[in-house]
Amino acid sequence: MNIFFAILSASGQGLLWAVLALGIYITFKILNVADMTCDGSFALGGCLSVTLIVSGWNPILSLLLSVLAGMAAGMVTGFLHTKLKIPVILAGILSMISLYSINLRILGQPNQSLLKSDTIVTMIKKVIPDSVMDHIKYSTLNSLIVIGIGIIFGVLLCFVLYWFFGTEAGSALRATGTNEDMIRALGQNTDRMKILGLMISNGLIALSGGLVAQSQGYGDVIMGQGAIVIGLASIVIGEVFFGRCTSFKSKLISVIVGSVIYRVIIALVLQLGLNNNDQKLFTAIIVAIALAVPTIKKQAQNWR
Amino acid sequence: MLYIENLHKTFNADTINEKQVLKGVNLHLNPGDFVTIIGGNGAGKSTLLNMIAGVHPVDSGSLKLDGIDITKQPEHVRAKLLGRVFQDPMKGTAANMEIQENLALAYRRGKKRGLRWGISSDEKQQYVEVLKTLDLGLENRLSSKVGLLSGGQRQALTLLMATLVKPKLLLLDEHTAALDPKTAKKVLDLTETIVESNNLTALMVTHNMKDAIHIGNRLIMMHDGNIIFDISGEEKKNLQVSDLLQKFEQASGGEFANDRMMLA
Repeated sequence: MNIFFAILSASGQGLLWAVLALGIYITFKILNVADMTCDGSFALGGCLSVTLIVSGWNPILSLLLSVLAGMAAGMVTGFLHTKLKIPVILAGILSMISLYSINLRILGQPNQSLLKSDTIVTMIKKVIPDSVMDHIKYSTLNSLIVIGIGIIFGVLLCFVLYWFFGTEAGSALRATGTNEDMIRALGQNTDRMKILGLMISNGLIALSGGLVAQSQGYGDVIMGQGAIVIGLASIVIGEVFFGRCTSFKSKLISVIVGSVIYRVIIALVLQLGLNNNDQKLFTAIIVAIALAVPTIKKQAQNWR
Repeated sequence: MLYIENLHKTFNADTINEKQVLKGVNLHLNPGDFVTIIGGNGAGKSTLLNMIAGVHPVDSGSLKLDGIDITKQPEHVRAKLLGRVFQDPMKGTAANMEIQENLALAYRRGKKRGLRWGISSDEKQQYVEVLKTLDLGLENRLSSKVGLLSGGQRQALTLLMATLVKPKLLLLDEHTAALDPKTAKKVLDLTETIVESNNLTALMVTHNMKDAIHIGNRLIMMHDGNIIFDISGEEKKNLQVSDLLQKFEQASGGEFANDRMMLA
């Protein structure tokens, strides 16, 4: 039974982190750039949401502010990259590092608990009738609520992203990632598209940070550490399970499912006795292997 | 139509790799001119086209197209007036997007891209019609990814995309150089058809002297950053490859035409 609860809880976490993975998918796969801002913007979303809630804000409204803050972070990275011609990886690292200080300022301390405050999880708990509450274990209920929130956001974002990337502006953004010269020759300001893509991506990542902070009941300035690797892990695991599907809809779903599977895998290996401290190493190895597979396959063919 | 006045361009100025590519180019095009540009490697042909398109900023001189001063306009702004086909067939299309998506992107050249749906259903019907003119069977593959097409097919599609919204000036930068002879011929024929039927003004860089002579109504030879030969009308029609080679030898001071020019 222990494993069942671990999987349930991991699924909920996976769905909330899937929002981050969707954000990273936009920069890494669609825009074709590795954006390092995400470590900072994830923590930014979490810290801002927690701080606002502690000072009496509505938890959902705090998420909205988190999204806006994340978009602003993406805009800074985009500006550094497109207007000041700083390589995109370095531009992202600069934003990420400055966000560490900014997040400390926002939070006022390295971490902040939400024990006595409302979060979206506790808000939902309040509307659930007592008769249901009595029949279900507290931790299970918690996990189920988190899963519910994750599914709502996942479905909503899939629709919104599917719609956006089908519009004229969204098509131009996709083209910018595929063939920048071509879409510029077709009259599109590609700098603007890159900034827009980074803004959307970091807005989503900050939203994910806010959701995760609220579900775990605290915010922490280092909560975004390794976010890019976790996002990439979700994307590559999704690709492994869904294969090379071509439709955009199934790609979005594969990212979300990938994120859930990633969390479940981590939960299972933790159950099997993996030291929690080794989790990031484990994740990095998964991503490294997944990214290396195409190259290894090609070389294997040459040897034959 | 197009007025280029005293255009200068130097790459890597004030360094050991300094290269003066354009040394005061003057060129006036009349509406409907179809000009072929020839010249040796490093003569400045591609740079001239790239300067018109706004890929590189000008050092000095001015560019006017259709009455508009485009000298300082960013590349994506002047794209409104220009159709471009590149030498590399991969460069003119987005490989992982569908044929119809590529056409829809081209259809919106010079227009603001907002939150309307990327392709309307009316458009799709229109794309079927224009694709039929290519005679490559692409009209049945609207939702195929462009990456699945051959180089020749992609170049034909790029040509179609460059002229889907009628450009004031069509820039063709050795657009058949990367294709096999048979495909190159087909794309070239298509180019002539499209330019004629739309009555376009066009600049075409080529390394093939026969093509340069037979296509278009005007021929320009560039050498060392200058236009050294400009011929049009009847005179051009009577031109022979040997005349061009002779001109080239004169200009380069007896130096032999390079291999690529000889082969052509």
